[in-house]
Amino acid sequence: MAKITASVFTSHVPAIGAAIDLGKTTEPYWQPLFKGYEWSKQWLKDNPPDVVILVFNDHATAFSLDMIPTFAIGTAEAYQPADEGWGPRPVPVVQGHAELAAHIAHSVIQQDFDLTIVNKMDVDHGLTVPLSLMCGQPEAWPCPVIPFAVNVVQYPVPSGQRCFNLGKAIRKAVESYDENLNVQIWGTGGMSHQLQGPRAGLINPVFDNAFLDQLISDPAALAAKPHIDYVREAGSEGIELVMWLIARGAMSDVAYDAADLDAAKAHSVKVKHRFYHVPASNTAVGHLILENS
Amino acid sequence: MSLHKDYLDVPGTIIFDAEQSRKGYHLNQFCMSLMKAENRERFKADEMAYLNEWPMTQEQKNAVLARDLNRCMATGGNIYFLAKIGATDGKSFQQMAGSMTGMTEDEYRAMMLAGGRSVEGNRFVGEDGDAQAQHQPQGQSSQKGKR
Repeated sequence: MAKITASVFTSHVPAIGAAIDLGKTTEPYWQPLFKGYEWSKQWLKDNPPDVVILVFNDHATAFSLDMIPTFAIGTAEAYQPADEGWGPRPVPVVQGHAELAAHIAHSVIQQDFDLTIVNKMDVDHGLTVPLSLMCGQPEAWPCPVIPFAVNVVQYPVPSGQRCFNLGKAIRKAVESYDENLNVQIWGTGGMSHQLQGPRAGLINPVFDNAFLDQLISDPAALAAKPHIDYVREAGSEGIELVMWLIARGAMSDVAYDAADLDAAKAHSVKVKHRFYHVPASNTAVGHLILENS
Repeated sequence: MSLHKDYLDVPGTIIFDAEQSRKGYHLNQFCMSLMKAENRERFKADEMAYLNEWPMTQEQKNAVLARDLNRCMATGGNIYFLAKIGATDGKSFQQMAGSMTGMTEDEYRAMMLAGGRSVEGNRFVGEDGDAQAQHQPQGQSSQKGKR
């Protein structure tokens, strides 16, 4: 069967993509940030997944105000890098995994999550910047990617609890797929940042580090955090962090339901890497790699 | 029964909710149109003529012409949509975000390098942090009138 082996968490700041594309990664401003991902790039080479489920948000790119799906899964064969107004990023086309994506859509909808199924979508920096951070600048991305888009642009966005429960449903879906596949799930966006109004530039390292601690040790309690706490403490765009709970909910130390508690307790999650840096453009950057034992 | 909006007392912040989205639909869709290179060229050639093709309010059009992103936000704009205007102008997200504070580009960049804006005093309307109404605009631009 297919199995989720690890989760990766990272911010997806557009300026990071620009720094990579324009060859600025060794400049003093950017060097400390990219240093924090060197270990991760090697880890990914040493632990190559067959498929990555990449949870991200679209930033008014594929989805305008004409249609705003709360959760959308990409079931296409491939996805083009989008022109967000500066021209498309010079990165490889993203190859999908249509069979597994269709399977996940089927299973997760039957577990009461209303996924929108997307067969045509350009992908913006929310999806391509994490790939660049983890893979560098290859000719082709190392494996197929299933884009999983979450609305965090128009409020109300899905609650942390719903995101966490969705992660559990995704794990169950993956584990019911017959082919032996090594699957990783990546949660992206965040950390604290605000891009608007007189409060723009807000950064809260205390909140961010407490979030990382709790994401590791007690994600079920973290899932109960209300939206207003993110807005007040981590800035209006800090709300993107709810997406990290989807990836965290898919790890094997999380019980699907009460009957599953003992099985979940038998598992533990290993923290392989943790990194935090301020600033990247307007944003605090957080990064975490967890492995199932 | 009215909706519970617990985010209205966060200073210097407009949450883009369904009500804002309704007000800003045409403004934001105009912004989306700038994702096509030929539309960016047409907009740059005659901004007013291009804006007049959209059923936006005069206030929204004026806010776009003035590149007053706070006004755009107040009339229903969302930053990810408004960013397409900045991209058309060759501006970065940092330049756009900074423009809403009143700070110069250098002042805003320096604040970010120093660790960003503190949350202290900026959680609730009525505190005394730098994002509060009584401290706008921020940076050197606010000093000019006082001298």
